[in-house]
Amino acid sequence: MSGSEQESTQRTIERVARESYGRLVAYLSSHTRDLGSAEDALSNALVAALETWPRDGVPQNPEAWLLTTARRSFIDLVRHRQVAEAGESTLALLREESKDMILSPEFPDERLKLLFVCAHPAIDPAMHTPLMLQTVLGLDAARIAHAFLISPTTMGQRLVRAKTKIRDGGIRFEIPRERELPQRLDAVLEAIYAAFGIGWDDMAGVDQRGRDLAEEAIWLARVLLQLMSGEAEVHGLLALMLHCEARRAARRGPDGRYVPLSEQDCQKWSRPLIAEAERHLADAASRGRNGRFQLEAAIQSVHAGRARSGGVHWNAIMMFYEQLIRITPTLGTRTGYAAAVAEARGAEAGLAALGGIDPDDISAYQPYWAVRAHLLQRLGKTPEALDAFDRAIGLTEDPAVRNFLLERRG
Amino acid sequence: MQFALLIFESPEAFAARNADENDPYLGAWRAYYKALVEADVYVGGNPLQPPETGTTVRLKDGKRRAQDGPFADTKEQLGGFTILELPSLDEALEWAARCPAASIGAVEVRPVSPEYLRRVTG
Repeated sequence: MSGSEQESTQRTIERVARESYGRLVAYLSSHTRDLGSAEDALSNALVAALETWPRDGVPQNPEAWLLTTARRSFIDLVRHRQVAEAGESTLALLREESKDMILSPEFPDERLKLLFVCAHPAIDPAMHTPLMLQTVLGLDAARIAHAFLISPTTMGQRLVRAKTKIRDGGIRFEIPRERELPQRLDAVLEAIYAAFGIGWDDMAGVDQRGRDLAEEAIWLARVLLQLMSGEAEVHGLLALMLHCEARRAARRGPDGRYVPLSEQDCQKWSRPLIAEAERHLADAASRGRNGRFQLEAAIQSVHAGRARSGGVHWNAIMMFYEQLIRITPTLGTRTGYAAAVAEARGAEAGLAALGGIDPDDISAYQPYWAVRAHLLQRLGKTPEALDAFDRAIGLTEDPAVRNFLLERRG
Repeated sequence: MQFALLIFESPEAFAARNADENDPYLGAWRAYYKALVEADVYVGGNPLQPPETGTTVRLKDGKRRAQDGPFADTKEQLGGFTILELPSLDEALEWAARCPAASIGAVEVRPVSPEYLRRVTG
């Protein structure tokens, strides 16, 4: 095999692995709930593919090949484990299924069930996102650990613990019933959004904790949309993330300086991403069920309108925030509301809105101090503004945002 | 629970200590200190003079040895430490990420060991 053929085989393996990872893990684990063994089996199959495909050529249906190989390895792995734990009935079930399995290249897409399992209420909420990233997208523990500012060893241990709980804790691979669905779906959406990081783009000088996983979050939302295209909030979440993603190139100047939203050059915004976000927002609106992510997407949509009209309709943003606070009165929402009030009604009114937030909640919350600093500065209250700037600067992680605030502080 | 943030700084960061009042690194440190105090997590700490002011002492075979310079020969050197009172390591890592030295050097987070302190002090 020539070098270029080898390279193309390598690329095929990578592509199939990326596209099929979640489908294969979900399918393999859906009956036994044994995510760890499903992942191990799939990595064994990928190693086997790396060994045999360059020699024998890429099989006609690479995904089916991987599944068959992973399946055999999975049965071995589960058997090894279960010899110790005496679970012969599962094993018989596996053997029965494996006959159909190996014969048929078709297999059901169980990723939706897997997403619901990852965000199950019995699992520590802090682990919902890491579990999804690992089991649906195949990200390794170290990469996830970096994004969540945890040591790789600790993240690895927490993932193993969560998977043991799924396997042994009676968490079923199923789509929740109608009655529980809204709440359970919220947990899935929250977990996907948590991978995206914080996107409070509408406030100047707010530290954005990019987790460096925006692409992965959007991928997860697209998977979810494929499986639940009738849910307005799924469209809303994707619209929100696409709007924020559309501004990536505009967020930094040529010298790496932070550029706040109000000063961004809208020529640098991605038109295709904005158009796609708008389509999803319209689709969501047509379903007549409002929700948190649709409101947040609507706020970003108003900002995107600056590219057309040259101005920002702050009254509309303020109204969307009012609705948002009714659904989710979080610190972020309330701070965003105050910033919008300041633009629509003046800095004094904005400060009054900030004043309603409990001081105990904001001692380590950067966006509050950033907004407060800007408003006090606008009102000429210099000593108080300097103090608020210091708090915001001291709580900022991103050096570019820190430098921006240091300059504004003067 | 107490955590020590061990601040490792590059030669450039040590040099910035002598810059004027408006130096951004100094401004970032002032703000960081204020945020720690206001969030009520600051216990104590101190910056250290630059590594070249260090002297490393050892006794080898009963003989005294003093060497110019710091203990470890690395590009980034210990520049100071901060002790914080926090509920868990997760919060300590968050504060470490906000430390101005994190983006140009490194910050090591270590739990303080009260158990060992008790064994030593009785």
